[in-house]
Amino acid sequence: MDKLKMVEAGQVKKKVTAFTPGDTVRVHIRVIEGGRQRVQAFEGTVISRRGAGVNESFTVRRISHGIGVERVFPVHSPRVEKIDVVRRGKVRRAKLYFLRGRVGKETRIKERR
Amino acid sequence: MTAILGRKLGMTRIFDDEGASIAVTVIEAGPCVVLDARTPERDGYAAMRVAFEPVPERKVNRPMKGVFARLKTATHRVIRELPLPEGGAQPGQVITVEGFVPGQVVDVTGTSIGRGFTGAMKRHGFSGQRDSHGVSLMHRAIGSIGSSDIARVFPGKRMAGRHGNKRVTVRRLRVVRVDPKNNLLLLRGATPGVRGALLMVRSA
Repeated sequence: MDKLKMVEAGQVKKKVTAFTPGDTVRVHIRVIEGGRQRVQAFEGTVISRRGAGVNESFTVRRISHGIGVERVFPVHSPRVEKIDVVRRGKVRRAKLYFLRGRVGKETRIKERR
Repeated sequence: MTAILGRKLGMTRIFDDEGASIAVTVIEAGPCVVLDARTPERDGYAAMRVAFEPVPERKVNRPMKGVFARLKTATHRVIRELPLPEGGAQPGQVITVEGFVPGQVVDVTGTSIGRGFTGAMKRHGFSGQRDSHGVSLMHRAIGSIGSSDIARVFPGKRMAGRHGNKRVTVRRLRVVRVDPKNNLLLLRGATPGVRGALLMVRSA
């Protein structure tokens, strides 16, 4: 199994910004459009973080034009250029799926100091 | 035709140059030592006999020890026949993953995961019967197995039984990476068998 881990180790990013569910983050994604590359940001609340090693991923939820949008990013994908923590949230569970059924004021998360 | 023996280490993901995630199977393949060749003149077909996975001498029985002693190579656990490469093979020659290149298409043969005695739904993809509308104790049953006219069941009728643990070949897998230093072969997609299963990889 060690050699399998070695293969994975080569894929893992050396340094990943620390963030947890409840945090509001801005994810900078590299988008390739017709041969051109640019960086796009997606900002929202982290509602889940799962997996380990190369397979680790997280889900960011935001309300865009009145519609809830969730995007799942692999933490170690080279397309995820940078993750900025905009705000640290204080939550008591690891998965914030309950936010899906909520709108407006109900989706507020206390800030962690 | 290049061919090699290996062990399936497991699956993981690799990000390619564009950042896309590719599911890969990691195989520790070779080095394999050629023991001898099967020739059409002598055996009726062409192949090479190959040894894989060095093992302490005490694990090998006496006749096998003789085979390895004659070639002055270390004792190995596995001996298999593989298709002969174009250039032929000399006894004592070592086969490594370097015979493969990224982008190449390969076939992988191994033993599928044993599933034991399984029902016809899992084994043959039958639909089963309804969950409601009066169905009683027959939800996953196969239903009729023939007509009363013929009054017998045709040989080969698909029914419940042992599933898996059979020789399976997965064709046309792409080589994603070759790591000669660690004897690793990364193939896109899944290969037969459990982790640690013996696999035969050959060019498609």
